[in-house]
Amino acid sequence: MTDISTPRPRAALFVTCMVDTLYPGVGMAAAQLLQRHGADVVFPDRQTCCGQPAFNAGYRNDARAVARHLIDVFWPLVDGGDVDAVVAPSGSCVAMVKRHYPILFEAAHDIEYQRRAVQLGEVTYELTQYLVDYLGVADAGARCPGRLAYHPCCHLLRELHIDAQPRRLLSSLKDAEIAELPNADECCGFGGLFALKNADISTAMGRRKVRNVNHSGADMVVLNDVSCMTHLNGILRREGHSCRAVHIAEVLNGTVEHATAERDSPDDR
Amino acid sequence: MTVDVGAAYPTRVRQALADDALRAALDRATEHLRGRRAQALAGVDATRLRDEAHAVRRYAIEHLPDLLEQLEGNLIANGCQVHWARDAAEALGVVLEIAHQNHVKDVVKSKSMVTEEIGLNDALQRSGIDVVETDLGEFIIQLAGEPPSHIITPVIHKRLEDISEIFQTKLDTPPTDQPAELCDTARRALRSEFLIADMGISGCNFAIAETGTICIVTNEGNGRMVTSLPRVYVAIAGIEKVVRSVEDAVLLWQAASRNATGQDVSVYFSMSSGPRRRGDSDGPDEMHVILIDNGRSRILERRYGDATLCIRCGACINICPVYREIGGHAYGRTPYSGPIGAVITPLLEYDIRPARDLPFASSLCGACRDVCPVKIDLPRLLLDLRSDIVERRAAPIAERVGMRVYSTALRRPAPYRALARLARRLGRLAALLPPLKRWARTREPPRFAAKSFATLWRERGRRPGEGAAE
Ligand code: SF4
Repeated sequence: MTDISTPRPRAALFVTCMVDTLYPGVGMAAAQLLQRHGADVVFPDRQTCCGQPAFNAGYRNDARAVARHLIDVFWPLVDGGDVDAVVAPSGSCVAMVKRHYPILFEAAHDIEYQRRAVQLGEVTYELTQYLVDYLGVADAGARCPGRLAYHPCCHLLRELHIDAQPRRLLSSLKDAEIAELPNADECCGFGGLFALKNADISTAMGRRKVRNVNHSGADMVVLNDVSCMTHLNGILRREGHSCRAVHIAEVLNGTVEHATAERDSPDDR
Repeated sequence: MTVDVGAAYPTRVRQALADDALRAALDRATEHLRGRRAQALAGVDATRLRDEAHAVRRYAIEHLPDLLEQLEGNLIANGCQVHWARDAAEALGVVLEIAHQNHVKDVVKSKSMVTEEIGLNDALQRSGIDVVETDLGEFIIQLAGEPPSHIITPVIHKRLEDISEIFQTKLDTPPTDQPAELCDTARRALRSEFLIADMGISGCNFAIAETGTICIVTNEGNGRMVTSLPRVYVAIAGIEKVVRSVEDAVLLWQAASRNATGQDVSVYFSMSSGPRRRGDSDGPDEMHVILIDNGRSRILERRYGDATLCIRCGACINICPVYREIGGHAYGRTPYSGPIGAVITPLLEYDIRPARDLPFASSLCGACRDVCPVKIDLPRLLLDLRSDIVERRAAPIAERVGMRVYSTALRRPAPYRALARLARRLGRLAALLPPLKRWARTREPPRFAAKSFATLWRERGRRPGEGAAE
């Protein structure tokens, strides 16, 4: 716990476009987790997207336009000392900022934005990484009755090498049983534009993941990217499985029942 | 063959995904190879092996012109004839010329991807020369009339029962489920081919500059027969195959073996340094080495040079979750599939268009980068290729327009919010739009939230007692 005499760390929350528009509950859970575990949360409301959809599809000019905006929103807060960190509930978007922004601006010989991107990348964290490594959280202090399987999302695992942090937080949950997920680190098949451009391969990969999840006996598969979550839930729901993919922020925040209820509310508004 | 390698990409993928026997074969084989690789690397300092293998390959590529010159000099000094080929046509011309001069009628081959790359078998057969593949896997698919579907295990897409069936129809053997029996049949069939062959053709795993030696890595001993029994031996090597020294070649041999098949080293490592000398009990009368470029220097000149570090171990293919669903034939006529195939196939072609779908056939999960024994950042190369393809305006127009709309709207908050509002209003109808339709065919689409996070946060900040900082 943070001592009264030292100021609380201040984190700028980058909720990501998908959380903002599709899953605000995940954003709320992330904000509440940060606040509960000792950080002040700043939400710069001019934020949009990190630019990854365009970057991964090969549209670097389009990606740069969006990336510049993100830098314009967050970099001044970092540079001016208004926040200590930028935190996002997504390994993929954080990897975009940390790993791909420098490439993006280097390729365009944009030295100033490359410099800002590097500076920003140094203080940009994925949510569970920030909770464990920065805030020193060992116990999420939440309860989650049920059998959980953890799916490490590819960019979190292989671009950022973050694995111990989310697992540690999950293991601290009360009443939760952690199920072993076979071939856990195999991709779920989302892959951004891949999910549309190669929809059939993407679905085949997702079905394989779903088979493994079912095999684990879990009633929830926990992951850290809402993109992969959307893909897996799309398959789980279409194929009539009762298991659901759930974002780790909601699980750690103990707000998952609410989220499930909302997700499965009777059809259309 | 259920996947027609000559069909368009979407057709190939559809055919592959519809083939459950194919997936069963791929599942079993890739699981097995992944397991063996992990075991073989557990016993050594894998990080060090990787660092060293990378350094050795990096050195070779950085000193390519010098090493090639040294290689040529030493090959000639050893009595070899060296030929340079700019592309497939030139290489085929050289092989046919050598065959013609030596009145060659029968050729035996050891497994080689570069000869698949240039379409050698077809060219020989068109000139009335008989070609027999002597690697067991290659022998099987040659019987079946199919191209290889994996660079290490070319017949990975077949189950044992499929192979038994091929032997029954082509070699008139009784059905069997015993691999040993199938091997015996093949061995008997091949023995006579070795004895009548006038010419042996192999690829090359490593070409050692310091000694003028062509090395091939095999497990069945067929390679050794190909290089030593017939009168004429022709080795075809991509120019990137050159390495500095015997030590370097041996190191890469270990790296390749452990990562490809999970062996400490392969069963055979055949080194050929020239034709039979006076007093030698065996060996060919003539040895030719064809050093072929076929797009490799173009790869080096552009920003894809790292792709030439590849030692063709296939580890990236075995770990690839996309390859695992669709197999090698879905990548088209190329012998190179999986992540490395998706990178080099479009680059080896003069025109990127025929293979432009391949760099997009990846979820960019990064598993390939983690296993590559020479540390090729395959996802990065795929990303670069994608941007190249887009910059050449070779991407579909609807996609280009979509991306422009995306970037125009999302570079500022107001249009972003407007677009989000529109999507929310469209609700489920959005799933009828062409790109989302592809999603919704197999997956429930997500629903837009009634209120965005930004709105919720603003409202929450207004409530007393809940101090949002902004
Ligand atoms: S890219 Fe790397 S892993 Fe793939 S075949 Fe080449 S050396 Fe092996």
